[in-house]
Amino acid sequence: MAALVESIYKGITYRGAEGQWAWILHRASGLGIALFLYMHIVSIFVAAIGPGPYAWVHATLYTSPPAKVLEVFLLFGVLYHAANGMRIIIIDFFPTLGKYQRTIVRIELVLVAVVLVPAAIITLHSLF
Amino acid sequence: MRIKMRIRRFNPETDSSPWWGEYWVDVEATDRVLDALHQVKWYQDGTLTLRRSCAHGICGSDAMVINGRNALACKVLMQDVGDVCQVEALRSMPLIKDLVVDMEPFFAKYRAVLPYLINEELPAAGERRQSQEARARFDDTTKCILCAACTTSCPSFWANEDYIGPAAIVQAHRFIFDDRDTAADLRLRALNDVDGVWRCRTVFNCVQACPREIDVTRAIGEVKLALMNGGD
Repeated sequence: MAALVESIYKGITYRGAEGQWAWILHRASGLGIALFLYMHIVSIFVAAIGPGPYAWVHATLYTSPPAKVLEVFLLFGVLYHAANGMRIIIIDFFPTLGKYQRTIVRIELVLVAVVLVPAAIITLHSLF
Repeated sequence: MRIKMRIRRFNPETDSSPWWGEYWVDVEATDRVLDALHQVKWYQDGTLTLRRSCAHGICGSDAMVINGRNALACKVLMQDVGDVCQVEALRSMPLIKDLVVDMEPFFAKYRAVLPYLINEELPAAGERRQSQEARARFDDTTKCILCAACTTSCPSFWANEDYIGPAAIVQAHRFIFDDRDTAADLRLRALNDVDGVWRCRTVFNCVQACPREIDVTRAIGEVKLALMNGGD
């Protein structure tokens, strides 16, 4: 645990460039997606208890206003993780593209934003 | 110009943990961080301990974390560090004293990739000839000076100090793609280990940190591809 904390401290305090922040965000989004999946499995399992608790849990977890905001974060996490994963795969198979990695990170973020912004508007529309 | 030097100090005989020492130095804009460290050591506190040898970016002995980023103290100019210059020892290496770390674990990994030409056959005409194209194949990775700036900037290495690290992979690359060498398989086998080349997460900190401007991640990528293709 101490090693993990120390490793996180080094990651935050080292002045890396786009690649380092892309990597940190990749890890954070991966953890977020994993947590969501666990939550999703538990929420589905509530159906075994009965329709009442199932409906209550789903109304709380997926349709309440805070859940809608979290849904946008989840969407960002999934989109970013997928896009960044593609960037890593591309650079792994074509190492010479590494010299353009800063540009590739920026293109990746633009692509994420292009999908995320309209999706976020649709998701949050019901709140206004 | 007057600059504040913040130096992470540690004396194993008197300190239980590292602490930040602050020193004011008068330097020229074109002085290097190493000159400022010399000022501190020679005129303010002789106990400050650091490594340096050639002081011209060739020997690689004065790699350290300067303002949060790995670099050679003899290559960073004071005009580029701002009003405060923060200096600390390389990370994730056993700290011996002040800015000096134990490089032995680093060199053990270097030795693990057999960093020398292996070819049991006698050269045909007294020497091993090589075309310019064949030499160019590994030219970039011949520039490594083993300063450890890349390896100690790597998040995979921070998380797992058993990771062989970018520097050793660069050294392996230098011989794997040398057409005079015959032991690429041995090196690739060493790099195919659980703590080998696959721990690279293409973070690119190593490329940014390398004082010799080696495209480290590209070299690592080429070794990964060589492994996938079952040889070089």
